Amino acid sequence: MKVRIKFAKRGNMKFIGHLDIMRYFQKVMRRTEIDIAYSEGFNPHQKMSFAAPLGVGLTSEGEYLDIEANSVTSSYDMIEKMNQTMVDGMQVLSVVALDDNAANAMSLVAAADYLVKYREGYKPECFVDNNVLKVEFNKFINSEAINILKKTKKSEKEVDIKPMIYSTEINDGVICMKLATGSSKNLKPELVMQAFHNANNITLGEFDLEICRLETYGSTLKEETDDVEMILNHLQPLDGFGTEIV
Amino acid sequence: MAKLALSDEILLSIEKPARYIGNEVNMVRKDLKDVDVRFAMCFPDVYEIGMSHLGIQILYDMFNRMDGVYCERVYSPWTDLDAIMRKENIPLFALETQDPIKDFDFLGITIQYEMCYTNILQVLDLSKIPLIATERSEDDPIVIGGGPCAYNPEPLADFFDIFYMGEGETVYKDLIEAYRENKKNGGSRREFLEKAACIEGLYVSQFYDVEYNEDGTIKSFTPNNSNAKETITKQLVMDMSDTTYPEKPLVPFIKATQDRVVLEIQRGCIRGCRFCQAGMVYRPVRERNLEFLKDMAYKMLKNTGHEEISLSSLSSSDYSELEGLVNFLIDEFKGKGVNISLPSLRIDAFSLDVMSKVQDVRKSSLTFAPEAGSQRLRDVINKGLTEEVIINGAGMAFEAGWNRVKLYFMLGLPTETKEDMEGIALLSEKIAERYYEIPKDQRNGKVQIVASSSFFIPKPFTPFQWASMCTKEEFLSKAKVVNDKMKEMLNKKSIKYNWHEADVSELEGLLARGDRKVCKTVLRAYELGCIYDSWGETFDNDKWMRAIEETGIDMNFYITRERDTDEILPWDFIDTGVTKEFLKREWANARNENITPNCRLKCSGCGVMKFGGGVCFEGKN
Repeated sequence: MKVRIKFAKRGNMKFIGHLDIMRYFQKVMRRTEIDIAYSEGFNPHQKMSFAAPLGVGLTSEGEYLDIEANSVTSSYDMIEKMNQTMVDGMQVLSVVALDDNAANAMSLVAAADYLVKYREGYKPECFVDNNVLKVEFNKFINSEAINILKKTKKSEKEVDIKPMIYSTEINDGVICMKLATGSSKNLKPELVMQAFHNANNITLGEFDLEICRLETYGSTLKEETDDVEMILNHLQPLDGFGTEIV
Repeated sequence: MAKLALSDEILLSIEKPARYIGNEVNMVRKDLKDVDVRFAMCFPDVYEIGMSHLGIQILYDMFNRMDGVYCERVYSPWTDLDAIMRKENIPLFALETQDPIKDFDFLGITIQYEMCYTNILQVLDLSKIPLIATERSEDDPIVIGGGPCAYNPEPLADFFDIFYMGEGETVYKDLIEAYRENKKNGGSRREFLEKAACIEGLYVSQFYDVEYNEDGTIKSFTPNNSNAKETITKQLVMDMSDTTYPEKPLVPFIKATQDRVVLEIQRGCIRGCRFCQAGMVYRPVRERNLEFLKDMAYKMLKNTGHEEISLSSLSSSDYSELEGLVNFLIDEFKGKGVNISLPSLRIDAFSLDVMSKVQDVRKSSLTFAPEAGSQRLRDVINKGLTEEVIINGAGMAFEAGWNRVKLYFMLGLPTETKEDMEGIALLSEKIAERYYEIPKDQRNGKVQIVASSSFFIPKPFTPFQWASMCTKEEFLSKAKVVNDKMKEMLNKKSIKYNWHEADVSELEGLLARGDRKVCKTVLRAYELGCIYDSWGETFDNDKWMRAIEETGIDMNFYITRERDTDEILPWDFIDTGVTKEFLKREWANARNENITPNCRLKCSGCGVMKFGGGVCFEGKN
């Protein structure tokens, strides 16, 4: 049976990288004796995959991993068991069962919500007034195109990231943005903020921002489209693709 | 969630911030309101190395079981953070509470290898604790050292308040009680150290004076405080199945060197190899019983979620219930996705059978440690492995499908001749030839033999403690002899030969048998910027050479000079149970090429029977 697990990664856990979080969950499976399936061969490994890697320094309220289990108890029981063995800052939020032929989280991922704010003491002087920040940010986000220079190994090219920004909202100096995420289109919130700073002729420092991923979405669309309205209408939090195990 | 000692900016700009944030699975948390003794336990190397050390896990668990005691951990900050902490004047902190080490009652440092000595000074310095013990104030933590290198504490004597001789499970309770008592009575630091000096196994180096002869050797070594004992006796655990063992070891987030459950199956070794310090100072062999280990294996796997379990001991093949234990682990855990990692075992039908069960034969290799290239020299060092055993073992393994062999040797052993060195090449060749005896259609491609040699460093409390050690030039010319001979071998294309760095070996030799005069060399090397000397990328031999010169140390005195058996050695005041008479006998046996049987075959009267247990009393109950 395919099972999807949603978890939060908070506080100091932001310093633990993606690969180590994968190893962490492999050990969670063993500590909680969740009946996860193993691959064949001399060095069997757990059948487990993660939705979208989260960069070091970011926290999250909406991370996902899929596992294949030989048997399950109930969502409630599995959440309880895992949370009893979690470290401070990690919390399992939901466990749902998926259809056997369901696509895995990694291939479903289409968008994510991010909460972006300036780290204390790092807010640029020109944005100290939250109203100014709001006006300037909205002006920026509503521009025709948002071009950034994308560096590849061989060349630099200009890319318009605006089609990958699905929605934004700014209140009290805190910016919330829904961005394209996944293997075909992927936009990091840092890049949006960098473009915003560039547009205002200021540079974005390495430690200026505190970012939290709030939710990761999958899409029910069968085909790719550039129609933002259409994309938004077909987004669903990844645990919405499964059902509670009772 | 704990507030961290380091800012986000620092943590996000250094390598592996997970080294410094604590919060690992099974980390112990205590309310400081209920704590009256705070102990910081330090492994003076980088986190991934320190977290892999079983001894720290045992002591962390033991201390935290004590009411009112909170044991936290601290490791050497890597060089990137080291530079930032110095620049920004950030004090070194413990992982659990992130509090400065200076606020603790004790700083315990395990001294596992000589090349970590400058890291000890790094830890003290970053903690803002005076490096010299006698300069510490009432507010500074008590700095206590233990571990294998404590068996010659003299090159570190200036830096520690107390050294602990022997196994940590034994007298720490008494020490903590003495500390509480002293605190209650408003006693001073010095009064506490006097109390500590009265406890068996504890050595307070500032309570001893050393006088030297004109030639630099020790004239006398005498207590200058009435509480200090003439002789410090090693402490050890006698019942290995009724003692503290960590059921819930810490699980690091980042991959540590040992990312697995470690079951310590026994302590000590029956073999009596004459170069081996561990084989002498951990005597007598004491086994843990099978049921204890089975129970621990369950609990530790369950509590950590590790995917691998390994066995730890010297000469694991000598553990009397090895077969039962290994078969249990395979039957019980193999099907649950747990890897069984075997220690190097004597190659025989049993070990080949279990090896083929737990590892992919095509990818794994056989390991032999003949240590010396000829039978004559193997007799000198009392390494019981014969050429016949090696060739037969390799042959059995080759027939079963193995085609990779690792061989470990030492160069520079006492009495070594050119023939002995060339024997390394000849033995490698014979193993290769044995492989090609197998018909072509039945063998698994080419054989790969990797022979490695390290340089012999005489260690305290071994029969070779008096021996002359080679200079680095001699070492390198010996490696050349072997390498040249390798090139003459018929199967040279199947054999690869590696040798160890000679610079580090020389320094290790100095620190291993150094006396108190070497303290100032260690200090000077640290002042010149040496840290992480065991890491190739950070080791700076020129700085060490400068420190040696500036502190007037004569390397020949410490390294190449053969000691007279009547000389007072810097570590003679320690009683490991193994008598000096036995070591002298063994030194003579070595030179006469006489072998000494292992403890199970025949007792050779080394002296450790006085501890009243272990292999000395097997079959006598």
